[in-house]
Amino acid sequence: MKLTETLNDLANPTRFLALTARTLPWLAGVTAILLAIGLYQSAMAPDDYQQGATVKIMFIHVPNAWLSMFVWGVMSVAALGTLVWRHPLADVAAKAAAPIGAAFTFLALVTGSLWGRPMWGTYWEWDARLTSVLILFLMYLGLMALWRAVEDPSRAARAAAVLTLVGAINIPIIKFSVDWWNTLHQPSSVLRMGGSTLDKAFLWPLLVMAIAFSLLFITLHLAAMRNEILRRRVRSLQMMQASRVAFTSEAAAGPKEIGAA
Amino acid sequence: MSLGPYASFIVTSYALVAAVVLLLIVWITADYRRQQARLKEIEASGITRRSGRSAADIR
Repeated sequence: MKLTETLNDLANPTRFLALTARTLPWLAGVTAILLAIGLYQSAMAPDDYQQGATVKIMFIHVPNAWLSMFVWGVMSVAALGTLVWRHPLADVAAKAAAPIGAAFTFLALVTGSLWGRPMWGTYWEWDARLTSVLILFLMYLGLMALWRAVEDPSRAARAAAVLTLVGAINIPIIKFSVDWWNTLHQPSSVLRMGGSTLDKAFLWPLLVMAIAFSLLFITLHLAAMRNEILRRRVRSLQMMQASRVAFTSEAAAGPKEIGAA
Repeated sequence: MSLGPYASFIVTSYALVAAVVLLLIVWITADYRRQQARLKEIEASGITRRSGRSAADIR
């Protein structure tokens, strides 16, 4: 009940803007502090007995990989908000999340590649995990292109919502690809049945970095949503401006036409 | 802290993540300023919201 009331409250863009104005500085501060702690812990973490110091890449690769899927999950909930509940901020949330999700997915791919070269002997392998994440990245780019291609935001929102929900099929494929197929990528070692297989010396810095990156996403997402609301205000004011100009020129031209007739 | 024989891979990874995150922050901040400037410009031309409140006011 409380959650429904909060969601209804946030349906008002003006109220949402006021909320972000109050919360964003705090969120940015906590994110910066957690990132600093996480980076310090990552630097101080011991070398792995097999991978040596390259294990440090895990502390940035894994949070980006988690977020690449999490952001699509957020966009899928927003897509339901657009199609089912018709929440006014749902498509704003989806549109604002796409470029941030694309950036995290790009970083997951590149850091994974840079980790793979010394460990696997190759930057890239067309195996199930790597290929499905590449498809996710391309889907993010496709969504961003769709938003730009359709001028009317409400029409673009419906098309993007359908595409997002269809693309959500890829998320369980990414997650379980390492179990369903033989891949070069290692199986899950943190979120798995029977608990994490990581030593605490690696697990704690990884969890701190994961929380820090999640907060980074929330901060950037709220800020990008605020920008999108302002962009729509600009659009509606520009339309008012255009209709006023058209009305004024019609009124100026009107008497002449009557006079001519 | 020694990064061993693969130091370049580790440093490149961290530098790339820092660069992309910084780029995101700069892009979002610049976009906010751009939208605020456009709203103020339109309001200066006499177009206002029906509520009468400034469109650039987010508080």
